[in-house]
Amino acid sequence: MTGLSQKKAGAALIAVFCAAALLVVGALAVRPGWLGRIAGAPAPMDEANWNGGYFELEGGAALYQGICQGCHMADAKGAVGAGVYPALANNHRLARAGFVIHMVLKGRKGMPPLGGDLNDQQVADVVNYVRSHFGNHYPARVTAGDVRSRR
Amino acid sequence: MRKKPSPSRRSLLGMIGVVAGSAAMYHAMTELGYAEGSPFQHPVKLSPPPPGTSVLVLGAGVAGMVAAMELRDAGYQVRLLEYNARPGGRNWTLRGGDTYTEMGGATQQVGFDPGQYLNPGPWRLPYHHRGILHYARQLGVALEPFTQVNYNAYVHSTLHYGGKPRRYRQVQADFQGHVAELLAKSTRQGALDDAVTRQDREILLEALREWGALNQNYEYTASFASSMRRGFAKDPGGGLNSAPVPSAPAALGDMLESRLWTAISAAQDYDLQSSIFQPKGGMGMIGAAMGKNLGPLIAYNCKVTAIRQDGSGVTVRYVDSRTGKEPRSARAQWCICTIPTPILSQIPMNVGAAMHAAIDQLSSLAAFKVGLQFKRRFWEEDEQIYGGITYTNMPNAIIGYPACDYFSSGKGVLLGAYNFGRAAYIACSKPPRQRIQDALAQGAKIHPQYRSEYETGVAVAWHRVPWAMGCQGAWTDESRAQHYDNLCAIDGRIMLAGEHASRLPGWQEGSVTSALDAIGRLHARVMAG
Repeated sequence: MTGLSQKKAGAALIAVFCAAALLVVGALAVRPGWLGRIAGAPAPMDEANWNGGYFELEGGAALYQGICQGCHMADAKGAVGAGVYPALANNHRLARAGFVIHMVLKGRKGMPPLGGDLNDQQVADVVNYVRSHFGNHYPARVTAGDVRSRR
Repeated sequence: MRKKPSPSRRSLLGMIGVVAGSAAMYHAMTELGYAEGSPFQHPVKLSPPPPGTSVLVLGAGVAGMVAAMELRDAGYQVRLLEYNARPGGRNWTLRGGDTYTEMGGATQQVGFDPGQYLNPGPWRLPYHHRGILHYARQLGVALEPFTQVNYNAYVHSTLHYGGKPRRYRQVQADFQGHVAELLAKSTRQGALDDAVTRQDREILLEALREWGALNQNYEYTASFASSMRRGFAKDPGGGLNSAPVPSAPAALGDMLESRLWTAISAAQDYDLQSSIFQPKGGMGMIGAAMGKNLGPLIAYNCKVTAIRQDGSGVTVRYVDSRTGKEPRSARAQWCICTIPTPILSQIPMNVGAAMHAAIDQLSSLAAFKVGLQFKRRFWEEDEQIYGGITYTNMPNAIIGYPACDYFSSGKGVLLGAYNFGRAAYIACSKPPRQRIQDALAQGAKIHPQYRSEYETGVAVAWHRVPWAMGCQGAWTDESRAQHYDNLCAIDGRIMLAGEHASRLPGWQEGSVTSALDAIGRLHARVMAG
């Protein structure tokens, strides 16, 4: 094999591998970190769970009960451990709808960002749900458009 | 089986990228700085500090205890404050007789038999994680091989092959075989002439035949060669009527669309390659040994409520974590804080804006595990599955078979669910009892024996764990670029350590190497006066 053809073959192979690697990295970008970096993460067999898409939950109640109550609890009264999951019940901070949308989308101080796992309508639905339940009575409804503008 | 058109070359390359391209991916990640090996070096060389130099360590998990042991050995005065009544943190094993109360108050009494256990957190020790292996060895913790890949375990999708599980070896052999056949065809048709020389073409064909178990015509068909990979319809034996009957490979289109091939690349990652180990009796043996080594230096049941530094030291206020009462304080010249960021972000601490921003933005990933005890080891007795992992597209994601007590006639605990992401949020939102019921219903689709053999279980959803409030630091490329250095930097007399202050999030090796890096920089600061 001549040096030239070796080089050519090498370049072609590298191009193929780079293309493959980019595909892989691209597909993984939507996951919470590189899958291989999640200690012992299972294989991404469940495409809906890992590769794009959103929670398969519809309506504010289902979204709250399927996601939020994991930390904020079924009665929205929060929970205490070494830290606190704040109560959403009777919470005056929910008066600012923009703040609630921002927390759901971006997270902060332990609240995980859920913007990548919920579409605009889902965010609006769950924000409206918590602002009109659990002793909260904020009549103004947010829309998918309100959510989109804050992404 | 339906006839399917052959996949396009482009989509095929994508598949290869995912399954066969771990090397390419690893190379790319090395370029990005994400796949460097463990930088662990031992012995840790710290010269004697000025007499009386003191360090307060917050958290007696792996990071905190490694920092404390090394600092103590160098001559520092060390104390640790720990929220739990036990050492280890996320290095944790649940055994029969344990009681676990999650946030929200749900309490589980673990009903496992003696010797049975679940590791809710880390469960594996890769061979190149030299730091955590060093401490296990130094402290006399017995290790045994963990079985990661089991060719006789299952790969399962509810959507394909009629929902019937397939053996891992069949999936791997069929994927390799079909890919090899296609590449051989392309090579022989001259499609790769720009990429390989005439001489290399022959070598490539030879390699493809061997790698894919192809026949003389470069076809992947039912044959002795392919059955030596995927298993036989009838195994060879002794005596009369002993001739083997080859098995029939799955069709290419079915195999690709099933996505079962995703399970193959999982164990090819550097982190999961052989050899890989586990402590005998549970991962918690390491944390327990570290705690025993540190003895009275650890104060348990301490919930930190404030961290305040001044010109000469750091004062930490804390209460009894069980009652929330008895406010006390501890003071030292320096503080190493390993408290996970979802909790630390809520504790008043006077550090600079950069570290605050880094702490506040770092949430934790969602994850959950379910341990299920069965009356007998049916996966071994009925299905010849000895350790390893079954993969499925159901929310439980995997079934992990115990890598110990093989062939024993007694009971066994399966890891009945272990998943991240959206499936974990949903599991966390359910009561523990329901998480167990879900794992049982899903697992029974793969092992019908679940229905008659189940005895007792325990479920841990990490966002409900009171002292962790999540599974591991949820870094992204963007957040790491912006905040990682600020999270790890010394701020006055305070510095952070833990898996979240490492590039091995979720791995104990990240905790070890983070702790050693932290004490090295702290020591340099101390010695500089």
